[in-house]
Amino acid sequence: MIATKTIPDFSLSPHIDQVGIEERASRFTKRSIKNETKLHGLMLALNMIDLTTLEGKDTEGKVKQLCYKAQHLHDAYPGLPTVAAICVYPSMVKTAKAALGNSGIKVASVATAFPSGQAPRDIKIRDTKYAVQNGADEVDMVISRGKFLEGEYNFVFDEIAAIKEACGEARLKVILETGELVTYDKVRKASDIAMYAGADFIKTSTGKISPAATMPVTLVMLEAIRDFYYKTGKKIAMKPAGGISKSKLALHYLVMLNETLGEGWMNNEWFRFGASSLANDILMQLMKQKTGVYQSANYFSID
Amino acid sequence: MATKKNNTIKLKFDSARNLAPAPESKSAAKIDQQYDLFINGKFEKPQSKKYFATINPATEEKLSMIAEANTADVNKAVVAARTAYDKTWKKMPPAERAKYIYRIARMIQERAREFAIIETLDGGKPIRESRDFDVPTAANHFFYYAGWADKLEYAFPNRRTEPLGVAGQIIPWNFPLLMAAWKIAPALACGNTVVLKPAENTSLTALKLAEIIQEADLPPGVVNIITGAGATGAAIVNHADINKIAFTGSTEVGKIIQRAIAGTNKKATLELGGKAANIIFDDAPLDQAVEGVINGIFFNQGHVCCAGSRLYVQESVFATVVRKLKDRLETMILGDPMDKNTDIGAINSKAQLDIINKYIKIGQQEGAEMYQSSCTIPKKGFYCRPTIFTNVAQSNRIAQEEIFGPVLAIQSFRTDDEVIEKANNTPYGLSAGVWTDKGSKIFNLTSKLRAGVIWANTFNKFDPTSPFGGYKESGYGREGGLHGLNAYVNII
Repeated sequence: MIATKTIPDFSLSPHIDQVGIEERASRFTKRSIKNETKLHGLMLALNMIDLTTLEGKDTEGKVKQLCYKAQHLHDAYPGLPTVAAICVYPSMVKTAKAALGNSGIKVASVATAFPSGQAPRDIKIRDTKYAVQNGADEVDMVISRGKFLEGEYNFVFDEIAAIKEACGEARLKVILETGELVTYDKVRKASDIAMYAGADFIKTSTGKISPAATMPVTLVMLEAIRDFYYKTGKKIAMKPAGGISKSKLALHYLVMLNETLGEGWMNNEWFRFGASSLANDILMQLMKQKTGVYQSANYFSID
Repeated sequence: MATKKNNTIKLKFDSARNLAPAPESKSAAKIDQQYDLFINGKFEKPQSKKYFATINPATEEKLSMIAEANTADVNKAVVAARTAYDKTWKKMPPAERAKYIYRIARMIQERAREFAIIETLDGGKPIRESRDFDVPTAANHFFYYAGWADKLEYAFPNRRTEPLGVAGQIIPWNFPLLMAAWKIAPALACGNTVVLKPAENTSLTALKLAEIIQEADLPPGVVNIITGAGATGAAIVNHADINKIAFTGSTEVGKIIQRAIAGTNKKATLELGGKAANIIFDDAPLDQAVEGVINGIFFNQGHVCCAGSRLYVQESVFATVVRKLKDRLETMILGDPMDKNTDIGAINSKAQLDIINKYIKIGQQEGAEMYQSSCTIPKKGFYCRPTIFTNVAQSNRIAQEEIFGPVLAIQSFRTDDEVIEKANNTPYGLSAGVWTDKGSKIFNLTSKLRAGVIWANTFNKFDPTSPFGGYKESGYGREGGLHGLNAYVNII
């Protein structure tokens, strides 16, 4: 439900100073995360992962394997959390849903002609409905970047609103594909449009375009969420995706989240990492904390 | 999720401030029990026979004993500097001088960690700042001026220059090593010799620098570092055989120095107090502006002469900016300066803490509205919560006088002309900041603000190549850059 009645003039979205935002983002990387804070952070990061497979060659077998992994990240380490969700294409939603059962792990499905978004609106709506009808708890849509860059903000807004309607109960993640928007000003504007149009999450990237998530881009979006929250009282969740494959970087993101939006966002309802290889790096770090020595990658299952 | 009224919404940042300790190791730096005076290339016992204690302001524990130089000691240092000037330094080929300065820069870099630790222990500033700012910038100043030593003819085209002679240099406690570098590097590059006195409560890094100068084999007497309080400084200022006084410190002492050298042919550069205006327009990138304001006033606990201690915010974004500032304040980590996560360390001394607290009280009595971070303060040591005041009037003392602490006075404004007038309405003129997305506005303001340094969409940025100095009661002369050479040469 959209909490606001008035929709602002998006041409008045705040401007972002490139030097300033990059300096601020790098400041978070100076925090030294140690001992219990590190352990807590690693566990939390693990619990925030949307474990992802989005490949043309995905099969049901592969998705089932991934779903098993999601529930049993590394059974040699008792007491680990599960990941937050499995992220797949619509055709795999049914398989994932069945494989995950009542584990509490959500099924997220990309939709709306992911990753390009180059399809007519009715097809995008059908794509979304198909995913939801097959049991998707969350839908990851892409915005029409071409229309956005043309300045057709109303088109983008209406499209997001239409997909939100098609989602029904499922939570909607709106992928801005920041690598194609290029400037921070545009990222901010797209974030504002998505939130006012009904996004539950805003998400940086599809993972198919480079650069994917970066800390400054994520910070721009977190600050947009903060401003939106103060204006409307409605919390919006954040999902950086792509390019976050190391524990240390994940901890930097959590520091940034904690210092920008505070404790209220420090859980997997309000923050996710879209990643495929981050989980194993965190597991490696956790085993190092536990045993004092690093184990080789061969000790951690790839799917 | 219920929609609440906006004024009840508050973000919580307690967990962001409570990170596991990440302390830098004290053992990586060696501090002697006692330090003597560095005169003529050797460490010598003071003729005063007196020593005073220097403490760690974060714990109030004694770190070391420091020699107190009396008039006789000062004289000895000046004689050493004069002899070195006449016999060696003046005659040395400039390229040779450059090698020594370059060597000092390299040695500071090699021992950067040790310098950072001692700077933090002695002065109370966060290790992140001494590690990432003070020490590297100090080394950069030596590198930069090493480059100028044999290129003075390009700095002053078609003119000849000669050094001034012996420079007496007196530096403050807020950036002990960096100020020593700002003073010593250009003086040496231009061919002068030096008698330098660090502030009495932060002498250690200057004495460590003396050790480096000794190891670098600088000819004896070229740099003399003597320690002591105001009386020692006065003896330097009043010594008849000194050609130049370079002072950084309070406007009050600056005026005394100026009186003392009136009628002599001593040259002087004075870098004094400030009450900088930071100006945020409604079209500014607000989150980055807020970050700049935070760095502007809370960097080094606000012990910065160019700190942005007055904030002017355009009325239409006033409430938003104040809210953002308050949220940001809540995320600042105050505590042990040796912890790598500390943003705000200890106030440099008990005396300074008393001054800051006095002004905080004055601000409240004047009717300004105070907001302090909800962080907890360590039981021992000198600490002050980051503080902002709203509902401040231009006539309030907290908006007029230099506090030299983590205290920000915020006012609103409506038009460009109004804010220019208000910003200039101060006896000081060291620095200012302008935040706007509009280039033409930046040019309009920077040409009308009466301040030596004006930052646009940034604040507290320093570089050896950029001159620094004040208008009005913030002093005269420039340090840094090409302009910084001017202060150490006679142009003929």
